[in-house]
Amino acid sequence: MVGQTIEMLTRLRRARDFIDREYARPLDVPEMADRACMSTAHFSREFRAAYGETPYAYLITRRIERAMALLRAGMSVTDACMEVGCSSLGSFSTSFTRIVGETPTSYRSRPHPAAEAMPACVARIMTRPPSHPPRADGRLLRDPDSSRIREGAVRPVS
Amino acid sequence: MTSYTLQYCPIVVDDVDSAVTFYRDALGLEVRGDVGSDGHRWVTVGFPDLAAPEIVLSDAGAGRPEEDAEVLRRLLAKGLFGPYVLVTTDLQAAFDRVVEADAEVIQEPKDQPWGPRDFALRDPAGNIIRVNQAS
Repeated sequence: MVGQTIEMLTRLRRARDFIDREYARPLDVPEMADRACMSTAHFSREFRAAYGETPYAYLITRRIERAMALLRAGMSVTDACMEVGCSSLGSFSTSFTRIVGETPTSYRSRPHPAAEAMPACVARIMTRPPSHPPRADGRLLRDPDSSRIREGAVRPVS
Repeated sequence: MTSYTLQYCPIVVDDVDSAVTFYRDALGLEVRGDVGSDGHRWVTVGFPDLAAPEIVLSDAGAGRPEEDAEVLRRLLAKGLFGPYVLVTTDLQAAFDRVVEADAEVIQEPKDQPWGPRDFALRDPAGNIIRVNQAS
């Protein structure tokens, strides 16, 4: 099978774990690339080949997914924004709306029965938006709606 | 009503020897069985004082075509399997042991907003293991 070596995939995994762990502080791609012992451009390319999105996009998605949990718990939009490492409320709101499909304020104010019914470590995975490599023109391959974080309905346990 | 408990939980790894060392030394499991066939191994490890469940560690090529094994190895390396969630009565002691064994910690012990205090690590193959403090 052609493609990335096991050794490369392992380094990329460690870099991704690093992002998952350190998302709340001001991370940049050169620092992530350092952890993976690669140049920034090489790292971004390899990361995207393995995980379907650039390391920067992965970081933003990670922050938004954590913000969703904080908003569900009732934190204010401004506090959630700062808590997940976003320094600009404007770009946080823009990213949030693009990824989730609604504004943080709207998301915060409505009920979330499905996410609350799942164990949170599962909810974290289930509410993460799927990764789709963007096309050359920067648009998503599929309908943009399909990449949004969705919550299903809860079926009562009888 | 019929009742069930989980008997065996198979976990695929890249290398059985390093996996056995990890599950024994870092997590404190006992090695209870070791069978081989065609150059592959299935090693059963269990929790002290518990008959079941037991974890069966095998390499990616055990019982499957090489083509599939290669796909599995890559998914393992990418870190896509798990989490397998354990519970312990003494989280700090468990964490100290994991650190002592030089395991790959991905999250330090932390109070989670949803309840249990927990930490997370990867086994040498890349499987995620989460450890919860028993309530």
